[in-house]
Amino acid sequence: MKNVLCAVAGAAALLISAPSIAQTTLTVATVNNGDMIRMQGLTSEFTAKNPDITVKWVTLEENVLRQRVTTDIATKGGQFDVLTIGTYEVPIWAKKNWLVPLDKLGADYDVNDLLPKIRDAVSVDGKLYAAPFYGESSMVMYRTDLFDKAGLKMPDSPTWDFVVDAAKKLTDKSAGVYGICLRGKAGWGENMAFLTAMANSFGARWFDEKWEPQFNSPEWKKTLTTYVDLMKQAGPPGASSNGFNENLALFNAGKCAMWIDATVAASFVTNPAQSTVAGKVGFALAPNTGLGKNANWLWAWSLAIPAGSKKVDAAEKFIAWATSKDYSKLVASKEGWSNVPPGTRTSLYQNPEYLKAAPFAKMTLASIDAADPSHPTVKPVPYVGVQYAAIPEFQGIGTAVGQQFSAALSGSTTVDAALSAAQSATEREMKRAGYIK
Amino acid sequence: MARMVTTRRKVISTAAAWLVGFLIFFPILWMVLASFKTELEAFAIPPSFLFFHWTTENYVTVQERSDYFHHALNSIIIAGGSTLIAMLIAIPAAWSMAFSPTKRTKDILLWMLSTKMMPPVGVLVPIYLIFRTVGLLDTRTGLVFILCLGNLPIVIWMLFTYFKEIPKDILEAARMDGATIGRELIYVLTPMAVPGLASTMLLNLILAWNEAFWTLNLSTLEAAPLTVFIASYSSPEGLFWAKLSAASTLAIAPILVLGWFS
Repeated sequence: MKNVLCAVAGAAALLISAPSIAQTTLTVATVNNGDMIRMQGLTSEFTAKNPDITVKWVTLEENVLRQRVTTDIATKGGQFDVLTIGTYEVPIWAKKNWLVPLDKLGADYDVNDLLPKIRDAVSVDGKLYAAPFYGESSMVMYRTDLFDKAGLKMPDSPTWDFVVDAAKKLTDKSAGVYGICLRGKAGWGENMAFLTAMANSFGARWFDEKWEPQFNSPEWKKTLTTYVDLMKQAGPPGASSNGFNENLALFNAGKCAMWIDATVAASFVTNPAQSTVAGKVGFALAPNTGLGKNANWLWAWSLAIPAGSKKVDAAEKFIAWATSKDYSKLVASKEGWSNVPPGTRTSLYQNPEYLKAAPFAKMTLASIDAADPSHPTVKPVPYVGVQYAAIPEFQGIGTAVGQQFSAALSGSTTVDAALSAAQSATEREMKRAGYIK
Repeated sequence: MARMVTTRRKVISTAAAWLVGFLIFFPILWMVLASFKTELEAFAIPPSFLFFHWTTENYVTVQERSDYFHHALNSIIIAGGSTLIAMLIAIPAAWSMAFSPTKRTKDILLWMLSTKMMPPVGVLVPIYLIFRTVGLLDTRTGLVFILCLGNLPIVIWMLFTYFKEIPKDILEAARMDGATIGRELIYVLTPMAVPGLASTMLLNLILAWNEAFWTLNLSTLEAAPLTVFIASYSSPEGLFWAKLSAASTLAIAPILVLGWFS
């Protein structure tokens, strides 16, 4: 019994010992990806110049991070000083006054150097609420060797008809090569990111100007039919559980002739240390149907400061450092130009050294330029966002619809049934949230 | 002849048991193997089982990037602390329900279990607000408290079923000899229930160790246990499979070893 008491007392003593804080400590919440990890490694360069600031990192998988950070900011928990958030959150949170506008980034920050589309995506009413750390769009990555062998030539801006036709021709199931690999895993940031962008190029939209869901439109039917038929004929088996990582693995192993996904993938598929097809990859804009919109999305992981933070000055100093031109130079000097975070600054795409190190740079920039969050599709829409609608309800609705579409891909439901289920689920949620009656 | 059949049956059943055991253990083995691969080999199609370039670089990277021992210590304190406190509350509770039940005991037991049926995310915001107000966010005390509460229903139920098996007469005999309630609990009941107590403790320890909702949502840096450590290596965009495997192997190692030796 004495031993038990000792153990309990010991455990209690350990529990009570609280951490002590000496100077300004910034707690930065961030996602787990290569660029963010690199920034963690380079933080000592920042603290060496700012000895009164200590930076601590909370790195989490992005869905865990989103839930964690949203809970904290909605309850004003005050656990974080710098948040990594996406273009989806910025407009919603800024309108709720949850974020501090970033107007003291310093004279040499050069806000006008930010890519206009990316800057728009993280601004509300002309005010910057988050500083983009890296930006991405989506594009077609294709195997130049397989295209040559089949006598096909990929245009810079292909149509869906061409892509569908090429995918069927390039599929050789006996050799384990599939014409096209696309996302199928359900989720608003998974298959729905791709399918919403694809639907835009077919002229479909999530909601009309009065927030009425549009899944009963012929455009959505054409989108989903094209997608399901294409994947059935030219896609890999089990595609309904494939996300970015699964498709990356397939493409790098030489199993896909084409892959349409995030532009950041370009640096992975061209890296010989990761990819068996590194020297044989070409890039093209995401496909269109001649309606003036390409099937590419727009996203930027950005750094923001929660309203009510008591460390705004230090946080803003850190954000200015992490998203500056000098930071790009720092990364280039330590790890080479190809490792510089892409997609945020015009100057990077004018830098000949970067253009030489990153063969995909031109197409990345063209893809980002081709996306327009304010006018994502052919017809007018009441929301902002290319592959999402920036309203709080979208995460739930997007995932519910994504499950229907994933089921249509796996064959457990039909395209028509999936669309009508998506329509009724979205109508119900939009009624509940008060957008429509 | 009869003996030969027995031996054959023994061999077959042993082999079958090993096969089933191996199948159940296989995912863990696969994870351990993946942790010794390079990122490229970890996602290679077709995968190689044993013939790959063995490397410990993932463990080095994981240790460089995050402080494993800080997270492991937090996990030990949180899981151990919540288990100890839960046992201190559950033993008397289960004792009273098993040996002097009232009309309402069954209802109370069912009510306790019903609290486990609510998804935790339903009370995330209220709990978060309470924790923020009393300053328990990102503290080990707070996590010990919430995990202890979360596991109490299961612990009490398990102990209750173990205690029910113990004949009442033995306790009555102790009482006839003049034992107080405390002595009866410590010297008579506890020694007889040791196997039950041990398995309940281990189960509770594993549940608390693996708990990934409250520990992820209520901790930031100081109190972050191994679940947070693992979550920092998962990524939907980018290849972290080998590193994630290394982090997961490190995270389950202590509890795996404890399970084998207990």
